[in-house]
Amino acid sequence: MSAPPETDVAPGPAAPLLEVRDIEKTFPGVRALSGVSFEVRAGEVHALLGENGAGKSTLIKIISGVYEPDGGSILIGGRETRFTSPEDAKRAGVATIYQELLLFPELTVAENIFLGHAPRAGMGRIDWRAMRARAEALLASLEIDDLAANQVVGALSVGNRQRVEILRALSHDARILIMDEPTAALTESDVTRLFDIVRRLRARGVGIVYISHRLDEIFAIGDRVTVLRDGAYVGARNVADTNASELVQMMVGRRIDNLFPKTTVPIGAPVLEARDIVRHPMTKSVSLTVRAGEIVGLAGLVGSGRSELAQTLFGITPAESGEIRLMGEGVTIRSAEGARSKGIAYVPEDRGVQGLVRPMSVLHNFSLAALGALSRAGFIDRGAERRMAEEGVQRFRVKTSSVEEIAGRLSGGNQQKIVLGKWLANNPKLLILDEPTRGIDVGAKAEIHRLMSELAGAGVAILMISSELPEVLGMSDRVLVMREGRFVAEFDRAHATSETVGAAMMGEAASVERAA
Amino acid sequence: MSAAAIAGAARAQSGGLRRFASQEALLALAVIGLAVVVGFINPRFLATRNLSDLLLGNAYIAIAAIGMSMVIISGNIDISVGALIGVLATISGSLAVAGAPILVSWLVPLVLGVAVMAAQGAVVAYLRIPAIVVTLGMLSILKGGLISVTGGKWITDLPQNFHLADLSFLNVPMPVVIMVLATALAAVWMRYSASGRAIYATGGNAEAARLCGVNPQRTVVMVFALHGFFAGIATLVYATQLRVIQSTTPPGLELTVITASVVGGVSILGGVGTVVGSTLAAILIAEITSALVFINVSPYWTDALRGGLILATVIADILRRQRRAARGWSK
Repeated sequence: MSAPPETDVAPGPAAPLLEVRDIEKTFPGVRALSGVSFEVRAGEVHALLGENGAGKSTLIKIISGVYEPDGGSILIGGRETRFTSPEDAKRAGVATIYQELLLFPELTVAENIFLGHAPRAGMGRIDWRAMRARAEALLASLEIDDLAANQVVGALSVGNRQRVEILRALSHDARILIMDEPTAALTESDVTRLFDIVRRLRARGVGIVYISHRLDEIFAIGDRVTVLRDGAYVGARNVADTNASELVQMMVGRRIDNLFPKTTVPIGAPVLEARDIVRHPMTKSVSLTVRAGEIVGLAGLVGSGRSELAQTLFGITPAESGEIRLMGEGVTIRSAEGARSKGIAYVPEDRGVQGLVRPMSVLHNFSLAALGALSRAGFIDRGAERRMAEEGVQRFRVKTSSVEEIAGRLSGGNQQKIVLGKWLANNPKLLILDEPTRGIDVGAKAEIHRLMSELAGAGVAILMISSELPEVLGMSDRVLVMREGRFVAEFDRAHATSETVGAAMMGEAASVERAA
Repeated sequence: MSAAAIAGAARAQSGGLRRFASQEALLALAVIGLAVVVGFINPRFLATRNLSDLLLGNAYIAIAAIGMSMVIISGNIDISVGALIGVLATISGSLAVAGAPILVSWLVPLVLGVAVMAAQGAVVAYLRIPAIVVTLGMLSILKGGLISVTGGKWITDLPQNFHLADLSFLNVPMPVVIMVLATALAAVWMRYSASGRAIYATGGNAEAARLCGVNPQRTVVMVFALHGFFAGIATLVYATQLRVIQSTTPPGLELTVITASVVGGVSILGGVGTVVGSTLAAILIAEITSALVFINVSPYWTDALRGGLILATVIADILRRQRRAARGWSK
């Protein structure tokens, strides 16, 4: 996966403020980063782009000292450094503004800014007057006039709280500012003001790492952009020299190889027919049909509402209005339990949180979704349970020493196979898969794809959400593209290409490109 | 024998081995080993009379620890059980003294135990208030309520037939019979029933359990109700041994019960543990307390030793986990 750096960015005149080289980071069962390089120069906004799970968060946690890398080096101002804690990074001038703002709502703006390094007036007393004066100076330096140093932070808007975080970073004389999806919770006008502040900081020589998956923002504010995919470095570009479709290609990948053994099977009668499904705030009038034997791929960028739609169809967040028909019959789905009993299975995106009971054995995890069917008079038929689990282990090629093994000790790919297998024990008619192969190795991936084909062959209707375009294109009979809670395009297998689907996914960004 | 059969046999054996090295086996060894060592120092420790008293006097702790283990495995905790046992004992004794049919004075604690605990479980499950807060509140209510209502008056002149604990079955004292029976039934139920499995799933990952059709809220209420039932049985065994019921809550009882669960291998994080382990641990703790007397160590050391045992168990558990994690890491 470690593609050679295909950068065509000319090296800057001075040493970059911060540079990381060949960073490696592995978590149990998951390779989070391999061979990633990245740099920030003084006075530039360097955007970090990639889908969820691409490794952006891991990379910024390494830069900000939260994680130590397993390999590679970190250079500050050209000198090799090691961060063993966030404190080290802070001392080296790296400040991070996380998505969840870390402020104390009961304290004032000035107190929040100087928490931990307040000006002292001798004998350890805090010099309140100096603190206020310095807070006001910081506010003035960014021409923020609607925020007072003595205001209580809890009463501020999200945009203003974010400004307080930025000021806190500046109070530490941060030379490198990392902003993790800073616009995620902002209103339009707050975004404009944030960009204004970012431009001022850039003019002062601060190096800014800007993480976002909104392409239009990167074109509006970025100087350079580095793209990550599956924990690997894909490439870096000058924003002026690239366009949205190139970036999408880099983000979602171009490889369409034979990893995906989709076999052609006859497509039967509709299994799921959903009309005008609405569930606030993410699902805005969605209609779709999935037929027996058909794999429908659901493409879209993170935040487009795909997972929310899946959870609505499965009854976790029941639809507020609209009509759902299963096998031609109108049904109401109010809970996950109800969906399950009607023959719907859902393999959630986050197998750690939602899919697996980690302290339980493989055996017990396999049978968990089928306990009702396996029990007589409330007691589990242990023979049948063991047969089911052993069959599942064999069929899904789960690599485990025995079915007694604790599920949490297996690798990520094997855990995912258990989650999938557990659901198939119920013989569902409709299978909803949310990112079925995220974070698992290539071999396990191929096996899960083989299984999907097999299931489709057996007449199961499959709705698959995936952020990996090659997977969507390789596996789907039909591709639906979602953006901002709506379907914006539909392609059959023959017409779904990375260009057409990619263009539909980015939507807005395409217009930016046209305007540029 | 086919290759698959051999592999299967090897698997079964490794599973057996793992079970042999389990917390339960370690505890059983500790119970026997300690008896041998202390008996060597002071043979009177091994007198039938002493061992019998030891089991008799502590059976109620093991019984209460069964319910406590279920609660902790489900991912919760209960610190009101000691106060509840005190209240139920007082009610049971008062009924008997007031001339209620003996059966009524035995059954009322069970019913009330279930009701009080199920109510707490419902608050925990449906209002999503942490169990430690809910049961802390109940602890104070029960403790304060008891002393206010009774004024601390002792209950004496209990009728002869009230003393269930004095009975025996095949020469085995009733408290021991009840302890063994309750542990065995609960163990089988926890291991082989769908509801027992639901407790482990809820404590291990409530979200995953919910997606699998387990109802974590209903499970938590059920667990608390069962815990109340076992607290009721523990009350019976405890109260019917006494000639005088003191109308106060036995001090530190909830902590002793929680200690038995934790030392018995129940993970304080939920999802892991057995009631066989907690019963063995309750016996071990009682044995240690008694042993101190026989080897001439001040009984004031009991609490400190009990604390040490908790820390040792939890640290051992964490170390085991870390080793596992380290293995996963290198893979």
